[in-house]
Amino acid sequence: MDKVIAIIDYGAGNLRSVANAIKKLGYHPRVTGNPGEVLDSAAVILPGVGAAADTMNSLEKLGMTDAIRQLIEQRRPLFAICVGLQILFSGTEEGGWHECLGVIPGIVRKLPPGLKIPHIGWNQVKQRFTHPVFEGIPDEANFYFVHSFYVEPEDMSVVAGTTSYGVSMCSMIIKDNLIATQFHPEKSGEHGLKMYANFLKTALSRR
Amino acid sequence: MLTKRIIPCLDVTQGRVVKGTSFTHLLDAGDPVELAAFYYKEGADELVFLDIGATPEGRDTMIDIVERVSEQVFIPLTVGGGLRSIEDMRRMLKAGADKVSINTAAVQNPKLITEGAEKFGSQCIVVAIDAKRHPYPSGERLGEGAGAEWEVCTHGGRKPTGINAIEWAKQVVALGAGELLLTSWDADGQRAGYDLELTRSISEGVTVPVIASGGAGNLEHLYEALVIGKADAVLAASIFHYQIHSIRQAKDYLAERGIPIRKG
Repeated sequence: MDKVIAIIDYGAGNLRSVANAIKKLGYHPRVTGNPGEVLDSAAVILPGVGAAADTMNSLEKLGMTDAIRQLIEQRRPLFAICVGLQILFSGTEEGGWHECLGVIPGIVRKLPPGLKIPHIGWNQVKQRFTHPVFEGIPDEANFYFVHSFYVEPEDMSVVAGTTSYGVSMCSMIIKDNLIATQFHPEKSGEHGLKMYANFLKTALSRR
Repeated sequence: MLTKRIIPCLDVTQGRVVKGTSFTHLLDAGDPVELAAFYYKEGADELVFLDIGATPEGRDTMIDIVERVSEQVFIPLTVGGGLRSIEDMRRMLKAGADKVSINTAAVQNPKLITEGAEKFGSQCIVVAIDAKRHPYPSGERLGEGAGAEWEVCTHGGRKPTGINAIEWAKQVVALGAGELLLTSWDADGQRAGYDLELTRSISEGVTVPVIASGGAGNLEHLYEALVIGKADAVLAASIFHYQIHSIRQAKDYLAERGIPIRKG
């Protein structure tokens, strides 16, 4: 199998930024909305921006939700970003209640009132354990966030990073070869690029 | 803790940065792509591009600029100036912008804010407010504290609207704006400091982040806007373009005074 990197295209607004970041690292990503092509790839990136329910609808229309489930069940390398992280959970409070993929048990909640919402800007990610994806990235490095909802996993062992904004929230999960971030590595300068580079290095060196 | 953002603003017309000629070490300081890459390396937290010509041709040029910048600059990019429709917004976001900023079009057609927020998410929709200060005649509104009110201006500050800026700020947030870019029309270009009263009144009056703009002449002004004005981010043009201070100096200055700042 060719070592193809797929970026899932379901109409997300920041697709180009993600593709640009991967190209900057010297790779040639395949941008695709085809589930077969996604399952054929060595590493997959699921970008995300906007509302969770819209994202779920768009993915379902493409028949992509089953592909994403398969990737995770088969422990294949997948990097999910922002809303891409949120839709992995059981459900979200955004816009009422919407069921999501349910591959990570837990729910997506609205940030508590009192601070400015959306949470926009650079905030620190506290690393909860060492992992190859953090290689060369200092603990508490700043990453770029823009979101109004946050994830609350039931199983705390998947929490790889936490960030403080009114609450101490889970800002990153790692489970097998799934990595998912609430922040946007493609907008987080050199540390963000390094995180993608680390993910791809591990993903493409498999088997 | 969420850090305060330092945002250089690039005013662009016909594909050229209007200010910024003092960057002698750049091959072409008027090239927005090269200047953006420079600020990225210097540690800018975000970049704002304003098409001050706001012509249809200028918009096409801006799309080309955004495409090229987003290939090498990995921080958020906001683009504004002359955007009038959902289609204008879509083209900018598709080109690589993370947010679009609307001003005159928002006043003329407030529904555009809601439509944009529904289509692309509130986090993409920045409403720019240009505010002009009107001191109260003596005796009026006695004892109410603030000695002024602010009026929204459009068309690059040329056209007064009769709309109260603080009320407008609350309204655009209710309509779906995810962030406000607030410019004091009196302070802009004066380098005598931001309008702190205006900044604070709006920042305290809304639930979304506020970017203060207009009037930065030195680093203390940035500090004041963040602490006294309670802004979430500060935007500046000439102090960075004319190299009065570098982004790094600004960040060191603010960090030494206890402001949470992203470094490195």
